[in-house]
Amino acid sequence: MLESSTGAIPLQAYLLLASILFCIGVWGLINSRNAVRVLMSIELMLNAVNINLMAFSSYLDGDLIRGQVFTVFVITVAAAEAAVGLAILLSLYRNRVTVDMESFNLLRW
Amino acid sequence: MTIATSTELICFLILGTVVILGAIGVVLLSNIVYSAFLLGGVFMAVAGIYLLLNASFVAAAQVLVYVGAVNVLILFAIMLVNKREDLKPIEGLRLRKFLSGGVCFGLLALLIRVDISTPWAIPGPPAIGEKATERIGEHLFTDYLLPFELASVLLLMAMIGAIVLARRDVLLTDVGTGDSVDQGLIEKTTNPLLVDKSTP
Repeated sequence: MLESSTGAIPLQAYLLLASILFCIGVWGLINSRNAVRVLMSIELMLNAVNINLMAFSSYLDGDLIRGQVFTVFVITVAAAEAAVGLAILLSLYRNRVTVDMESFNLLRW
Repeated sequence: MTIATSTELICFLILGTVVILGAIGVVLLSNIVYSAFLLGGVFMAVAGIYLLLNASFVAAAQVLVYVGAVNVLILFAIMLVNKREDLKPIEGLRLRKFLSGGVCFGLLALLIRVDISTPWAIPGPPAIGEKATERIGEHLFTDYLLPFELASVLLLMAMIGAIVLARRDVLLTDVGTGDSVDQGLIEKTTNPLLVDKSTP
């Protein structure tokens, strides 16, 4: 079923790895009670998407490696997201003195 | 199977195992400091996977940005907010974990089915290999020039926003002259606005 391409590793292996990593990230995003761990789960999901983009870029795009360019942009945006997210977390911690996600119900109707 | 392909396969298997086990550890370990260090390991393994895909520039960017910046930032945040606290037990937590695990397994099954059953157009055109770095530079300065410049503006905005959000308090008087400084538009006085009245 997994037909091999030029290299030893089929494209589907990378896609399966990215799928598993993404699902672990989703589970952690839903179930973490520590706000820092939620940010870590978001980084895991972004890395899964990056693996997908890189695999497609290497296997299907040939000369135009648009997937690699997209990955560079995703890394940039992820860095900005982590900086702002952790700053929000710090100011939230200063006001609430906890990092429990269950106590952050400020915006709930 | 030649030595090159079998080495590639072994490297992929090792890196994939490290990525998946590290990610499970990041999500499940109770000590958040261990989670942060494991996250650095996951990032390094993902950089190794990029090297397997002949993308040395993106692998270097991954190591520099993720391991060097994001992971260190997360570690600093953990140090700043790391207070041992017993989380209040909430009812239905086990049921919630079970249900969300089911949802994630369903999502995983869907993704795996799509991965396996889609007829990808392989073998595609031959890969560019080691010339990828030059081609990324050409892309960034020709057809992706506008997103490239916008990314610099985005990084500047994120930096200023992070400084404003994470600043501890305002200087109410100028350090040099002693005059009062009106910074009320930026941030109100140091009274916490969101004090939880229920906990003393």
